[in-house]
Amino acid sequence: MKKVLLLLLLSLSVTPAWALTAEEKGLKIAQNADQRDSGWGDQKQTMEMILRNKQGQESRREIRGRSLEVIGDGDKSMSIFDTPADVKGTAFLSFTHVNKPDDQWLYLPALKRVKRIASKNKSGPFMGSEFAFEDMSSQEVDKYTYKWLRDEQLDGKDVYVIERVPVDKNSGYTRQIVWIDKEIEQPLKVEFYDRKNSLLKTLVLSEYQQYLGKYWRPDQMMMDNHQSGKSTQLLFSDYSFNNGFSDRDFDRNSLKRAR
Amino acid sequence: MRKARLLTAALMLVISLPAHSVSWRGNVTLQERLFLQDPADPRQHGNNFSVSAQPEMYHDWSEGKQSISFIPFVRLDQGDDERTHADIRELSWSYISRAYEWTVGISKVYWGVTESQHLVDIINQTDQVEDYDQEEKLGQPMAKLSLIRDWGTVDLFVLPGFRERTFPGVEGRPRVIPRVEKNLTSYESSQEDKHVDFAARWSHAIGDMDIGLSWFHGTSRLPILTPAQYNGEIVLAPFYQIIDQAGLDVQLTRGSWLWKLEAINLDGNYVKYKQATGGFEYTFYGIASSAADLGLVVEYLYDSRGELATTAFEDDFLTGLRLTLNDEQSTDALLGVIKDTDDDSYLVSLEANRRIGESWKLSIQASKFLVDGLDQSLKSFAEDDFLQVELGYYF
Repeated sequence: MKKVLLLLLLSLSVTPAWALTAEEKGLKIAQNADQRDSGWGDQKQTMEMILRNKQGQESRREIRGRSLEVIGDGDKSMSIFDTPADVKGTAFLSFTHVNKPDDQWLYLPALKRVKRIASKNKSGPFMGSEFAFEDMSSQEVDKYTYKWLRDEQLDGKDVYVIERVPVDKNSGYTRQIVWIDKEIEQPLKVEFYDRKNSLLKTLVLSEYQQYLGKYWRPDQMMMDNHQSGKSTQLLFSDYSFNNGFSDRDFDRNSLKRAR
Repeated sequence: MRKARLLTAALMLVISLPAHSVSWRGNVTLQERLFLQDPADPRQHGNNFSVSAQPEMYHDWSEGKQSISFIPFVRLDQGDDERTHADIRELSWSYISRAYEWTVGISKVYWGVTESQHLVDIINQTDQVEDYDQEEKLGQPMAKLSLIRDWGTVDLFVLPGFRERTFPGVEGRPRVIPRVEKNLTSYESSQEDKHVDFAARWSHAIGDMDIGLSWFHGTSRLPILTPAQYNGEIVLAPFYQIIDQAGLDVQLTRGSWLWKLEAINLDGNYVKYKQATGGFEYTFYGIASSAADLGLVVEYLYDSRGELATTAFEDDFLTGLRLTLNDEQSTDALLGVIKDTDDDSYLVSLEANRRIGESWKLSIQASKFLVDGLDQSLKSFAEDDFLQVELGYYF
């Protein structure tokens, strides 16, 4: 009898992984992925955005981005537009936050004006693309609640399939289904469900490369909007880490001279 | 002459730089203005064609710590000789370090938050011949030092050399009647346009509040206009007094609301007054289940002089609707109505922009002036309703 009790106590104190609830397991997967991707410090990259409409007509934008990792809060980032030519020199500064609205400023070079903009519009399109502002901002663990759905294979890779529900009520999504590569702990595919809970978009992330022997970044993202028939492709290049960025490179003064 | 020498020096500098390290951008813009009525003054032109060019050159070195920028501007105008003009918008050198920044040369600075008028923004003179809305500015010679601290940014300015405000000429339209005659320009300071001005500004972002406090001592950018005789014609003579101007600008960004306030206290030997602009912008996101946003802009414009004010805006309300489609062509439109609270004068303007292809932008602007007989400052605009179509090529 005593032995049984002891066993029972043991099993309660050392909860094995298989005994986690689906919610706990989902959160654990997200936390592990986040932990593995932390410590990158700063990075910059070039992004080409290709917008395609239903008829297959294309338009392109080139955007240089840089970001600074902020421990304990969301990251800081700046985007500088190189094309289309009429918005050349326009720059966008964002301080992502976990528990309060993001701080966002826009620099308009023709007027030399820095404008603080409302960040409530998370579901609005980024530069007329199929990516919403919330798709482009830094992905923090606390922005969602999680639920593990299943393990399966995607294109020959072992993946976790988890469901995540945005905490922010201004999000344009009721939920997202994420396929996470078990080996590199990065998302390979995300399905976005709109406020009516019908499938809105699918994002496919591919051609991951490893940097600093640790951090994985995709060279390509493809977002298909199933409701409009439009798509947006992002091609990343010139990733660079350890640029020595500080808060000073992400303030309103640096926004004014972003080139 | 001085301008020509500067331009030559700038061009030589540009040519001497290694071509690969210089980045260029800019635009060439065709503009047609269609006037709907006969002008109030028969000498004023009718429909008018105009072309402008603004190339922008930028070069940086020592890992971006130092840079020079050169932005000339030129406009050729069919009907108004005064509107055919050239300016150096920028020709400056900048040095950037972690705690401070220097800018020396001709440059442009923007202060403020409101949409209907820009009270606090005083460094650059208005290039009013460009547009009556006073959004275009002339290049200002300056030495600017920015100190960047944890408690905000302090900008200190020495401003040698004053730029006269540009005004439409005899044939120009829209314009005030009687017209402004720049040959009658006079100054309070015996140094005239050589008076050296000073300015300082502290600005900071604290949570959801962006705030700026500024001070300016020097030649007023806004002239006092007094009727005078010129070659047998009644005209307005610009007089520039020396002023001290203190300014405050604040914006609170909360959810879908932007709360804005700009206020100034202007003190001079000839004219002194207080002005303020305050209001909000509220945005409805994703209207009618689309990607489009609709913003409502409401601002109140106050002037301590009331109806005696020399500007068109005193005790007036601006109500505006801003539609942003968030589409591939970045289509947007702004409908604005400024109404005097005391009489029935209105200024209605509609502006719309849309990108065409990758390099072109089409802009349409319609302005309608509904003028109550009593409002002297707007009266001359009553016959100047116009539709403006602009096609810009960007590179």
